[in-house]
Amino acid sequence: MSGALNHRQIWRMPLILAFVSIVGLLAALLGNNWWDVLSWGTLGYTMAVMLWYVLKPTL
Amino acid sequence: MNPQTIRSWYLVHKWTSLICTTFLLLLCVTGLPLIFYHEIDHLIGNSVDPPEMPGVTARANLDDIVNVAQARRPNEAVQFLFSDEDEPHAWWVRFGETVTSQETSTLSMFDARTGKFIYDYPVNEGIMPILWRLHVDMFAGLLGTLFLGAMGLLFLAAIISGIVLYAPFMRKLPFGSIRWERSRRTRWLDLHNLLGIVTVVWALVVGATGSINTLANPIFQQWQATELASMLAPYQGQVSSADSGTVEGVVKAAKAAEPDGELFFLAFPGNRFAGPQHYTAFMRGKTPLTSKLLKPVLIQATTAQVVDSRELPWYVTVLLLSQPLHFGDYGGLPLKLIWAFLDIITIIVLGSGLYLWKKKSAVSIEDQALAAVEQEDTFVLSPSSRKSSV
Repeated sequence: MSGALNHRQIWRMPLILAFVSIVGLLAALLGNNWWDVLSWGTLGYTMAVMLWYVLKPTL
Repeated sequence: MNPQTIRSWYLVHKWTSLICTTFLLLLCVTGLPLIFYHEIDHLIGNSVDPPEMPGVTARANLDDIVNVAQARRPNEAVQFLFSDEDEPHAWWVRFGETVTSQETSTLSMFDARTGKFIYDYPVNEGIMPILWRLHVDMFAGLLGTLFLGAMGLLFLAAIISGIVLYAPFMRKLPFGSIRWERSRRTRWLDLHNLLGIVTVVWALVVGATGSINTLANPIFQQWQATELASMLAPYQGQVSSADSGTVEGVVKAAKAAEPDGELFFLAFPGNRFAGPQHYTAFMRGKTPLTSKLLKPVLIQATTAQVVDSRELPWYVTVLLLSQPLHFGDYGGLPLKLIWAFLDIITIIVLGSGLYLWKKKSAVSIEDQALAAVEQEDTFVLSPSSRKSSV
């Protein structure tokens, strides 16, 4: 049996992704142009994270 | 968390999900094309753009537009004049059978520069309005809408219980683990956990704002019954005069009262958003955020005098901010594509959740939870770790 993870290890990535998502959802609401780009980039990052872990074995 | 706590949260997750999943799948599937309502309208030719007129900055007289509109539809009542942020060269005139009727009978577009009639939007034609009704009320009116709002609340409970369950299930797995070598059920469990936790904030926001949007009608009725009624109270009982007011003058007066705003829509006298002898101009700001918010300006029809103007109460503001956050229409086409992608991920999370429930594990959830706790060799329930799990 491998060692269990502590809460910090379990929640590190989910918390980063939650923060990034909140920035992405609010940015486009608060501004235009670069704020829109910030929105696309941050939400796009969460999409990339999913694709990365799902497609990893095929890469 | 002890096994009993895990079991309780599991039951919450299971039952809230089971009840709402069918409806959430309906909402996600119908919602997907609705994200692109505007683009699809263009594609299938439901939208007509005003002609290009480089250098023309003239603005047509609004009275001419309204007069032409009324002459084209003598048996219908003009309810609203409104603008479209994406189409600055157009004015829309909305008609109803009567000035108070809920349903739109005709929607006419006019050129804001020349005042020329452009076209009538095909109201209630094609598949998009059907998808919209399925998404909004399942053809069951306000009850259908409120029911979907309740399903949205269950969805939120399912998400929150899912967050709580994430930790015990991920105790032995680094983030993003998918155990491809294990059974199909295990693989789908890992995918469910990964896709669910990555999209959790988006799903919470779209779910919560969707539920708030189901209250749109009651929220506006509340505003009409309290705020609008009190703005109109001093003029109660005044005899209604013939429509001698000029729309152009009314809109000028509203702009003078709100110099930082522009007209979003003008409700005509007799409409439920206006008074018997008053227009209400709903002005919006010009910054990205304030353009989502509205300020109503009440204008006497006959004199074109502004008589009152008040900020909207908090519950209307919450509704107005919930709309873009639900529709995803506030950051251009890329944001809509992101919305579509995350919507599809949500369909996968819902579907895999259903699959995990149907393909019950050979090991019961209680035993899984017990096993997780028994294997707690290095996992210590310190006060800090306990706090962060709640």
